[in-house]
Amino acid sequence: MAAAYLRRLTTRDGFWPIAVLVLLLGYNLIADPGFFAISVKDGHLYGSLIDILNRASPLMIIAMGLTLVIATRGIDISVGAVVAISGAVAAAMIGGELVLSGGTGMADVTRYPLVIVLPCALGVATLCGMWNGALVSWFGLQPIVATLILLGTGRGVAQLITSGQIVTIYYSPYYVIGNGFLLGVPFSLFIAAAVAAVLALLTRRTALGLFIQAIGINPVASRLAGIRARGITFAVYAVCGLCAGIAGLIVSSNVKSADGNNAGLLFELDAILAVVLGGTSLAGGRFSLIGSILGALIIQTLTTTIYAVGVAPEVTLVVKGLVVFVVSILQSERIKALIGAAKRSV
Amino acid sequence: MPSSPAVLEMRGITKQFQGVRALAGVDFRLLPGEVHALMGQNGAGKSTLVKVLTGVHRADAGRLLLDGQDIAPQSPLDAQRLGIRTVYQEVNLCTNLSVAENIFLGSAGTSNFAIRWRDMRRKAAALLAELNVHIDVGAPLSRYPLAVQQMVAIARALTAQHERTGRAGTRLLILDEPTSSLTEDEVEMLFSVMRRLKAQGIAILFITHFLDQAFAISDRFTVLRNGALVGEYPVAQLSTMELIVKMVGKEIAAAGPGRAARAAASEPAAPPFLEARGLSKRGSVTGIDLAVQPGKAVAIAGLLGSGRTETVRLLFGIDHADRGSLMIEGKPVRFGSPLEAIRRGLGFCPEDRKAEGILGELSLRENIIIALQCRRGIFHSLSRARQDEIARSYIELLGIKAHDADVPIATLSGGNQQKALLARWLATDPRMLILDEPTRGIDVGAKVEIMAQVMGLCDNGMAVVYSSSEMTEVLDYADRVVVMRDRAKVGELDAAGADEQQVFQLIAGG
Repeated sequence: MAAAYLRRLTTRDGFWPIAVLVLLLGYNLIADPGFFAISVKDGHLYGSLIDILNRASPLMIIAMGLTLVIATRGIDISVGAVVAISGAVAAAMIGGELVLSGGTGMADVTRYPLVIVLPCALGVATLCGMWNGALVSWFGLQPIVATLILLGTGRGVAQLITSGQIVTIYYSPYYVIGNGFLLGVPFSLFIAAAVAAVLALLTRRTALGLFIQAIGINPVASRLAGIRARGITFAVYAVCGLCAGIAGLIVSSNVKSADGNNAGLLFELDAILAVVLGGTSLAGGRFSLIGSILGALIIQTLTTTIYAVGVAPEVTLVVKGLVVFVVSILQSERIKALIGAAKRSV
Repeated sequence: MPSSPAVLEMRGITKQFQGVRALAGVDFRLLPGEVHALMGQNGAGKSTLVKVLTGVHRADAGRLLLDGQDIAPQSPLDAQRLGIRTVYQEVNLCTNLSVAENIFLGSAGTSNFAIRWRDMRRKAAALLAELNVHIDVGAPLSRYPLAVQQMVAIARALTAQHERTGRAGTRLLILDEPTSSLTEDEVEMLFSVMRRLKAQGIAILFITHFLDQAFAISDRFTVLRNGALVGEYPVAQLSTMELIVKMVGKEIAAAGPGRAARAAASEPAAPPFLEARGLSKRGSVTGIDLAVQPGKAVAIAGLLGSGRTETVRLLFGIDHADRGSLMIEGKPVRFGSPLEAIRRGLGFCPEDRKAEGILGELSLRENIIIALQCRRGIFHSLSRARQDEIARSYIELLGIKAHDADVPIATLSGGNQQKALLARWLATDPRMLILDEPTRGIDVGAKVEIMAQVMGLCDNGMAVVYSSSEMTEVLDYADRVVVMRDRAKVGELDAAGADEQQVFQLIAGG
């Protein structure tokens, strides 16, 4: 009974990502009994868990957008560059001037109001996604090549926007995005939740999810069945760009500056990892938004754990790699089959 | 019985997939130098038996003996090393590589360290010449028609025979539906090759849905039904009818007279639903005139490569004509994409089911509702309950055999996949259905069922255009026959008055 239940459980999608996450958290609890403690300071929630959620939110948002792209059998390796571009646009429009106000501190100065800044930054990010989408769907470039172009030039564009400077933002309303709290919870979590809700609605309440899977499984057959494969592929890249743009706002708000060179550096790798850890295959087809969120949480928990445990910085990447290795292996068809066979014989 | 020891013996082979029994204690023997046909309907277990033999699946129980020695092939490569060579139904080659590369892929080296390209090409050409195929082996495989690709696949299977690299030569050649895409000449060519191999003592396991071919080339039959062995028979002992009865397990009615002969031929001609005038596409077909009335069926006949597929692709908006016009109910239309054709009430079952039809990892249910969903548009999504209802009703109507509607469609047999594709279009309530080789690679029973369904709808006012290379299929179901040769229309016949001879004459250009 119990064995059969366990077998069904372990072969279910999403089991291993959750199990690894629980393991990681459990380890932290043993290493630091106060790990789960959440306290309230100034009406805000504080604690390691809150910190992990907060820090993981840009990655969650990017991973969700990327999930849709990967489900169409594509890839977008330019998301890190788009993060930089979006932050750069926002910072440039706010302006990097420090105006001291009467010796008590800085004054909130912006060249344009946020209602203009934010749509512009997100619009530029969406345009980046549309550029990728056009290259893939209309010009038929291979996704990795098409998005490699923006990966390479994107950071240059970001630096052009900020005139090669690291622009510091002196405008506190902007800080809310990445540092603020709403109802005691980090504001960025609300953003991530909103993105998750919108994408879940789009893919489950409309036929978009089905069409995306169909395209990923067999683009030719999808077209013959009546799916507008080009249009949908284009849209999916645009959405991915938008998600990266949102993440860019959070990141730049969090560090109160825009650094064209380093903002979102190597995010594309973490995002791809998050998607894969969540159980979405790079071969396209079936996808899981929840899985990608879990994947992002695993990566962030891992990073936090490594720092908390005090692993030497030199071996950080090795430890990270090991965990990723284990989760990926556990999800491979081969190991699933082996585990199934082993249990049957027991 | 026979005195010579068997090359291969399979004893009591049993195999289950997720609780569903695919094979139940099947015995099978193959003697040296014989052609042995494995017969059975779709889902009888032929493919599973072959896959156990070739190491794709491992049997749950039973023994495999090659030359009296127990073997347990763990992978297709393993089976190949043992001298078991297979040519699959759907040609599994790399069409972007050259013909020569395809033949020697995997067994590449003519030397241990590097590929000797010139050597390889020479050997490839020699191999193909033996099969009576004379082509440029340096050209990419995609340049050649399916039939030639099939020959290349056979040549590839035979390379072990020619290499003498210390590995076992081919003892046993499995041909899984090798003739489903070949013309009669090519089939004859293949048969002569088979006879030559037979004379060399190679045992050939032959799987086909063409009964006449099975009788023409085989020495013995083994018949499977529902995963169980029915029996093993020398060919001379069975008549065609007896064989069919053993395969389906019941008497089936002999095919009645053709549809055209039955239908009242004197009905007043309705205005056509779809009409093509002088449809042409550069590098493809030229001058296609074709008209289909509601409730009528038009067959497009012609040999492989005559332009049948190209023609139906133009009708459905997959490819775009650069000359000529297309009209629906008298009004000119230009389909920019299949979706536009679907919105005008067309449906299309492609010839290559695996590559262009099914969405393998999606469920049967999703495969059935997808065209209807596309027609409704992305924001008018069908509720899950409605999807289940649609899927259930078509699974029942067409007798699709599946565990439930949520199994991936790739796990179904070819005939059931084809029925699911038909269900996909029926769900859109089409005004016209286009079928490109609707019965390719599926068994007799499913063939009849599918065509009966389509024709039933046709009688109720749906227009049908289908292409076929089987003359009986053309004449049995069509009202009119459009004959093609060399990518152009060469004639049109009234099916009621036509016989095979007339159609062949048009095809032959007489």
